[in-house]
Amino acid sequence: MNNLKKGKNIKLLQGNEACAEGALLAGVRFFAGYPITPSSEIAENMARELPKIGGKFIQMEDEIASMAAVIGASIAGLKSLTATSGPGMCLKQENLGFAIINEIPCVVVNAQRGGPSTGLPTKPSQGDMMQARWGTHGDHPIIALAPSTVHEILTLTIKAFNFSEKYRTPVILLLDEVIAHMREKVEIPALEDIEVINRKKPTVPPEEYLPFKPDEDGVPPMANFGEGYRYHITGLIHNYKGLPTSNSQEIDAFIRRLYNKIQKNAKDIIMNEKYFLDDAKIALIAYGSVARAAERTVKLAREEGLKVGLLKLLTIWPFCFEEVNKLAQQVDLIIVPEMNLGQMVLEIERAAQGKCRVVPYNRVDGELINPIEILGKIREEIKK
Amino acid sequence: MKTVIDEYIRKAMFPNMWCPGCGNGIVLGAIIRAIDDLGWDKDEIVAVSGIGCSSRITGYVDFCSMNTTHGRALPFATGIKMANPDLKVIVVMGDGDCSAIGGNHFIHAARRNIDLTAIIINNMIYGMTGGQYSPLTPTGKFGSTAPYGNIDQSFDLAELAIAAGASYVARGTVYNPRQSTSLIKKALDKKGFSVVEIISDCPVSYGKMNKMKSPVDMLKWIKDITVSKKAWDGLSPDEKRGKYAIGEFLSKDRPDYTELYEEIIKKAQESGGNK
Repeated sequence: MNNLKKGKNIKLLQGNEACAEGALLAGVRFFAGYPITPSSEIAENMARELPKIGGKFIQMEDEIASMAAVIGASIAGLKSLTATSGPGMCLKQENLGFAIINEIPCVVVNAQRGGPSTGLPTKPSQGDMMQARWGTHGDHPIIALAPSTVHEILTLTIKAFNFSEKYRTPVILLLDEVIAHMREKVEIPALEDIEVINRKKPTVPPEEYLPFKPDEDGVPPMANFGEGYRYHITGLIHNYKGLPTSNSQEIDAFIRRLYNKIQKNAKDIIMNEKYFLDDAKIALIAYGSVARAAERTVKLAREEGLKVGLLKLLTIWPFCFEEVNKLAQQVDLIIVPEMNLGQMVLEIERAAQGKCRVVPYNRVDGELINPIEILGKIREEIKK
Repeated sequence: MKTVIDEYIRKAMFPNMWCPGCGNGIVLGAIIRAIDDLGWDKDEIVAVSGIGCSSRITGYVDFCSMNTTHGRALPFATGIKMANPDLKVIVVMGDGDCSAIGGNHFIHAARRNIDLTAIIINNMIYGMTGGQYSPLTPTGKFGSTAPYGNIDQSFDLAELAIAAGASYVARGTVYNPRQSTSLIKKALDKKGFSVVEIISDCPVSYGKMNKMKSPVDMLKWIKDITVSKKAWDGLSPDEKRGKYAIGEFLSKDRPDYTELYEEIIKKAQESGGNK
């Protein structure tokens, strides 16, 4: 799956270490965080590595402050990262909204554990998929990515930074306790082999700069604080100048532009992988560590002559509505295994529009979903 | 007539949103005059605020400015300062903003001694939301959520800042704008975490609920409840009750956080080499 090549820079890395490696390759220069299981190793790696390259690490007094510091550092020009888990993610929502409304690039890692509340600190979960989409209040867009291998953690961390810079938005990287803590072989790409995107800067002189006037792609150029462009940032709905507005036309245009900035570029942002879907009559749709089990299930099912395939989601939000809609027209049955009580299945049902049966398979006991039980679910469903 | 103020404000934002008689404008004037005295370049300054009437100050100044979330101005400012220590970062907060929802951030910014200047406009009430009592509302006074009188004991923000590790701590009032300007100037000039609390008036909320009908009544009250630091030191505990010392309480030198982090960078590069 990882397509590793021989003779390259190959390391045995823990998921959280791979996230730190990916962030460094993407150009991260600031990390603010607060200790929490199962994401603390990301902070520890950043504390060790960032000062070596002149970057900055700070352990803040809480998760709220960490999110605030990350936004502040990004506005001052540094690519910024924070990492947490469910309870911390709850606290970050307030300032995550601030980053969204002010279009501040940053990456937020959520190594998911069981919830609600303190929940299951050392066990995996996929319970925060909808929180990633709707956790902060108000209509807003978000990008969320979900790797399923340690290698993918590295590559998607780089993607997360690139999307955040390209679209001026926070990006959430959804890990889970298992892939955050497991160790796998990872090929570290050479810097010259990876694409690194940096935020676009204004091309006009300071007196002509309108910090929230979008270009054609919906994204306004971003001047960092201290570069001679004096402008205002506020959590209030604002006009092109960044100043608060109560003009209903400006408000409507702003909210829609913010949303469409991501939605209209969904094709660029949506990533997924297909396994044996060409002739499939039964499709599994999975993501994160469950996708690993689902891939194995496909092999086992094929050995039994069952035409099963897998759609592995790498981009969770924006959701690949059209892809799933097309798939629903091809197959008779979609099974959605998730380590929650059925979150992404809701979106998948919506996309399938009744064109095939969509069946959830859920576990919330802190244990991984294994390939055999998904196979069992397939056998059970085809009897119906 | 053009004044020094015109040089530093965003004229498009005026008239301001504050109520007649509000002390916020006096504090804005004091901040601007202090900056002008120091001769700072507008491009080097970042003004950060939280939420509340006082926090609207950042919208009126022609610097890079940020009106952040409630209570969180200091951690946003911390990120800015860490990322670019050359920037001069000023944080303006209200009493509820700084000492209630932002209380934890306040003591930790002081503990780190990060080179920020915190200016707290203390009108002893939540003004924007309609006069609820704050952690700086004096015991026995009234608020919209303290209709029978406030039983909470209020913080002494200056003592809190000193105990938490700030480098510079002072208190002024809107009754004494020249003194306030001078205290803010010293605070801005100080390396490390500096704190200036400015006792201010909210005639429409605090005044109305505490039998001070006009802004003038409120300013007179502020004059009556404040004593100079020097006189304060000679007062008995009974005489101090209900009064506030004003002036400079602390000015010491201690390495600022961003300087200390530069040492970390040196150590990491010597031991680990460039990655």
